[in-house]
Amino acid sequence: MAELLTRDLTVKAGPTTLVQAASIRVVPGELVALLGPNGAGKTSLLRSALGLEKRAAGLATLDGTDSEKLSPMQRARRVAYLPQLRPLAWPNTVRDVVALGRFAYGAAPGRLNPADAAAVDEAIRRCDLAGLSDRQTDTLSGGELARVHCARAFAADAPLLVADEPVAALDPRHQFRIMDIVRQYVETGGGALVVLHDIPLAARYATRMIWMKSSRIIADGPPEETLTEQRLADIYGVRARIEGRAVEIEGAI
Amino acid sequence: MTSRLLLPGLIAASLLAIFAACLLGSTPLPADRVLSALFGGADVGDRLVVWQIRLPRALAAFITGAALGISGAALQGLLRNPLAEPGVLGVSASASLFATVSLYYGFAALSPWVLPLAAIAGALAATALIALAAIRTRSVVTLILIGVGLSSFSGAAMSLLMNLAPNPFSLSDMINWMLGSVANRSFEEVGLAAPFLIAGAAILLASRRGLSALTLGEEAASGVGLNLRNQRILTVLGAGLATGGSVALAGAIGFVGIVAPHLIRPFVKHDPARSLIPSALLAGLILVVADIGVRLLPTSNELKLGVVAALIGAPAFVWIAMRRRTLNG
Repeated sequence: MAELLTRDLTVKAGPTTLVQAASIRVVPGELVALLGPNGAGKTSLLRSALGLEKRAAGLATLDGTDSEKLSPMQRARRVAYLPQLRPLAWPNTVRDVVALGRFAYGAAPGRLNPADAAAVDEAIRRCDLAGLSDRQTDTLSGGELARVHCARAFAADAPLLVADEPVAALDPRHQFRIMDIVRQYVETGGGALVVLHDIPLAARYATRMIWMKSSRIIADGPPEETLTEQRLADIYGVRARIEGRAVEIEGAI
Repeated sequence: MTSRLLLPGLIAASLLAIFAACLLGSTPLPADRVLSALFGGADVGDRLVVWQIRLPRALAAFITGAALGISGAALQGLLRNPLAEPGVLGVSASASLFATVSLYYGFAALSPWVLPLAAIAGALAATALIALAAIRTRSVVTLILIGVGLSSFSGAAMSLLMNLAPNPFSLSDMINWMLGSVANRSFEEVGLAAPFLIAGAAILLASRRGLSALTLGEEAASGVGLNLRNQRILTVLGAGLATGGSVALAGAIGFVGIVAPHLIRPFVKHDPARSLIPSALLAGLILVVADIGVRLLPTSNELKLGVVAALIGAPAFVWIAMRRRTLNG
């Protein structure tokens, strides 16, 4: 069974502690939102959980295997990773970029076997890119590009998805579209860990929320339990009104 | 896109250009005499001209260009920038510095393999330095500035050697290395460089799939399963071997490695992996044609091939740089 697990994971950069004894677990069927102010250590937690960044202490496993010991290809088949910065070096076609999601299966743009081609087509359909598949990526809008990156991640057919701010800099409609795509992925058997800065959006979609501040995990649980006015004041220093899953942020404290 | 015709077209054009290089020259030979000389007929004089002079020279120009073209395309893929190229990054200059040192101190006389090995050592040293710097900085401008520094240093060191040169013969030798030329190349010299060019090209071709993945940026590329460290090592090694081999054969010839991949990219959907072979063929073709031009121009001293390449290539470099929107520095 697919599982991303960390136990007492600590990450340091020189003398600075970026993540302090963090324990998280993500399995299919969950859409976990990772929240916290800038510099709380969210990205470092993701990267070290995936074995992309060296940890100072603790444990990080993917499906029971130490994530630092996995080869890049093994890792890519277990979890699709969407990093924060997503610069595309060349104006490839949308389909070729999505095809790169099949890299771990030995595929390359222009060289897809039937299984690869089927996965690419399915990812393109799921992210509603069918009409754009022959367009060059430098002619797309920010929202369309974000969908291309999502499709690239889904093309890997990995049971887990880790996405670092997938909706940053998108307009509200595209934010909802991306989150709908992620939710659909979870409903069809995937598990997602998503860094979000938009609290109302996270509250609407997440099945569980992990709250971080100053390199520590402060709370971990369903929105009904962990999303409180006091929490938002503690973590972000904002005044908010919460009714069920509806969040209204009124201002800084 | 007409990409299906790209490879056959380039191969046909390359063969045609090499054939034309056998026809043209100070004493033009008609096609039928060249053909019969190629296949062992014709008189001794014709065979001598074709087999000893024109064909090895044309082949030397072609494989030099091909090595620079494939290295340029691969380095552009690795550094994710269309301005990367052995010449611009100082790799060719470092290789020719090492080659010159081996000539100047007489090591090259010890064995015919010393010169190509020295050039390759210089190319590998420079490529490794660039790749190390590329890990630390995301800015390609920084890398190109390092390349400028390497080129200037190599140029200065070579000037120093020229000042100290014991006789005018080694002086003209060194000028050949600095400016690049395929004049008077024999099959023997082609054969000495060939193993390194073939090894370098084979390494680059074997590792080309990773260059496509790097389109996504390094972070996402390792996320889709690319082993970044290995990819860097293989591309540096392949480009170093191919560039070093080409410098050993023809000296430092700049800018072909930029121009050819730039022209090829739209035909291969901007995929770095698919640009390698066509870029190699086109760069080879360009140098063969440029070398025909060098031989036909009625100048008292024959122009150096590297000078012609730079006269065409440097403006193209400036043009590509100016049209470029700053995507990733």
